[in-house]
Amino acid sequence: MSDNSSLRTPSQRIAWTATIVISTLVFIFLIAPILAIMPLSFSSGSYLTYPLPGLSLRWYDDFINSPRWMNSLKNSMIIGVASTLLSMVLGTLAALGLAQWKSRFKPLVLAFVLSPVVVPGVITAVGLYFFFAPIGLTGSYLGLILAHTALATPFVVITVGATLQSFDTNLARAAASLGASPLQAFRRVILPLILPGLASGALFAFATSFDEVVIVLFMAGPEQRTLPREMFSGIRENISPTITAAAVILTTVSVILLATLEGLRRRNERLKAGGG
Amino acid sequence: MTDALLPGANAQTEVPLKRRLRRAERARQVKALALVAPLLVFLLFTFAGPIAGMLWRAVDDREVRQVLPQTIAALADWDGKDLPDEKAYAALASDILAARASGTVAIAAKRLNYALNGFRTILTSTARNLKAVPEPGTAKETLGKINPAWRERATWTTIKDASGPVTGFYLLAALDLTRNADGAIVAAPSDQAIYRDIFARTFLISLGVTALCLILGFPVAYLLATLPPGRSNLLMIFVLLPFWTSLLVRTCAWIVLLQSKGVVNDSLHWLGIIDEPLRLIYNRFGVCVAMTHVLLPFMILPLYSSMKAISPAYMRAAASLGAPPLTAFLRIYLPQTLPGIGAGSLLVFILALGYYITPALVGGAADQMISYFIALYTTETANWGLASALGAVLLLATVLLALVYGKLVQGQQVTGGMKN
Repeated sequence: MSDNSSLRTPSQRIAWTATIVISTLVFIFLIAPILAIMPLSFSSGSYLTYPLPGLSLRWYDDFINSPRWMNSLKNSMIIGVASTLLSMVLGTLAALGLAQWKSRFKPLVLAFVLSPVVVPGVITAVGLYFFFAPIGLTGSYLGLILAHTALATPFVVITVGATLQSFDTNLARAAASLGASPLQAFRRVILPLILPGLASGALFAFATSFDEVVIVLFMAGPEQRTLPREMFSGIRENISPTITAAAVILTTVSVILLATLEGLRRRNERLKAGGG
Repeated sequence: MTDALLPGANAQTEVPLKRRLRRAERARQVKALALVAPLLVFLLFTFAGPIAGMLWRAVDDREVRQVLPQTIAALADWDGKDLPDEKAYAALASDILAARASGTVAIAAKRLNYALNGFRTILTSTARNLKAVPEPGTAKETLGKINPAWRERATWTTIKDASGPVTGFYLLAALDLTRNADGAIVAAPSDQAIYRDIFARTFLISLGVTALCLILGFPVAYLLATLPPGRSNLLMIFVLLPFWTSLLVRTCAWIVLLQSKGVVNDSLHWLGIIDEPLRLIYNRFGVCVAMTHVLLPFMILPLYSSMKAISPAYMRAAASLGAPPLTAFLRIYLPQTLPGIGAGSLLVFILALGYYITPALVGGAADQMISYFIALYTTETANWGLASALGAVLLLATVLLALVYGKLVQGQQVTGGMKN
């Protein structure tokens, strides 16, 4: 039997070619829209059509000089960073606890902790709107940070939990037997080992908050509008090339996040391969 | 020390050791729970509590009770067969005067108007025209003169139905049902019966998007699972980049591509295929295309991991036993991808059910899904009871499907473990 036994007959070769052709078309479908709007942001004209009349940075200029857009970028950063930090603390503690906790209620607790990912955004947003309005948390940064933390923490629990699964608990015991206090053991032994998991959790958490718009739609006052929220109104009212500039900025952030995550994954695989 | 003595000595220390171990284990469990507790408390406040509050609003019915307390009390023992007695009319007159003084008439009027169209006018006109507390025994006559609706039984059954403190009214309305004057559950009048259509539309769009994702995602997942890791990792970027790109960016991209002067129409025109621009957006087509684009990675990734777990030895075995390639694919390969197909399809379907932003931006009025109406009733018309009831139905559907998904994924892990 040959190695490439899946391509023995002409019909199989046709099937394989078809798979490649269809997949290529799907890849184009997935990537082309994102690539297509990028050059438009560098257009010197104000219509979103090709061919471009000329190249310019006027729409980026527009973005940078618009207090509305810059304020929204600042808000996205504030809310994103704050909810990432908060969800890191809550999520890491919970993942450490869940890894040690043995109970028949564990699947139930885990399902509850992960449920913010599955529940439709509008339901969470409406519930929060009713709940936060009477206590003055709508139209405030704190309200948005708390809400985004609830959405982002499941990702931290998942990624840190996955790292802990491959973590050898004997290392913590060894640290304790050598006289390390629990805090020392955590800082010097556990933390460096789960750091890649923490980092990917942080990236997921930040991306979740940075991309979230439904809760912001319900809860943000004019002061707290984030970048996606500003894009939402921009798309509704009239799509100007400034929005495509905003889209390029958002996509650049996504690419940086994705590249960092991929780097972490490769490093982790290398370490595992080296250790195993 | 002799050997004979050792077992006895061990037996003496064994019990305390066991107890000590158990105690240490219990302390560990308490510590573990203490680590999880902050998140649980946090989610109670920022997630579970708010959702429970929303569910409560779906059945909460205290507005009329607060504004017309005497009337509700007087109607408590009314049998609903004839018009209520003079006592109820007098209570209503007194309640309306009190409500007018405190400015709360509109609260009750709004709630009663949901149940009976025109009730707002009945109540506000009565509040405007009622000069003073009617003479004893004349309340029925006075109110009937101000608005003849008070001489109709339906007006009073509406108040009694809205007497709270809890009601099935909003939940029934979310399913196009209502109670008639006799209290039986019947179909809602056709001008209010729109929600079953909206649920059906939500379901159909989600189903269509799931099918599209499966058709487009299967070959891609197969390709990625079959290629050597180096090349498939490279191609994986095509799946992961859109996955990480902002939803708003992708939706915006589709509008730019599909609008009447957009890239697609321009290109087709330039190629001479069309004369007039095609209507590709602000309709069902645009919604399905944009949603498929957003949700496709959620199909490809679970399919990919289920295909990756299939050993090529099975297909080789099938071939060596003489199965034609198509038969081997259909009978050996495809059945093994079924858990992945199930997981991916359920995931995409669950996510699609709750979609709001994409249909709101690229859909027309007839393409809005249930989330749109929940948002509309919450922020625009402030019909919070109905918004919550529609939310409760959507939440129920999501939770049920998520439970099926959980079972499916769990089952996969179990069989995966057995294979290893």
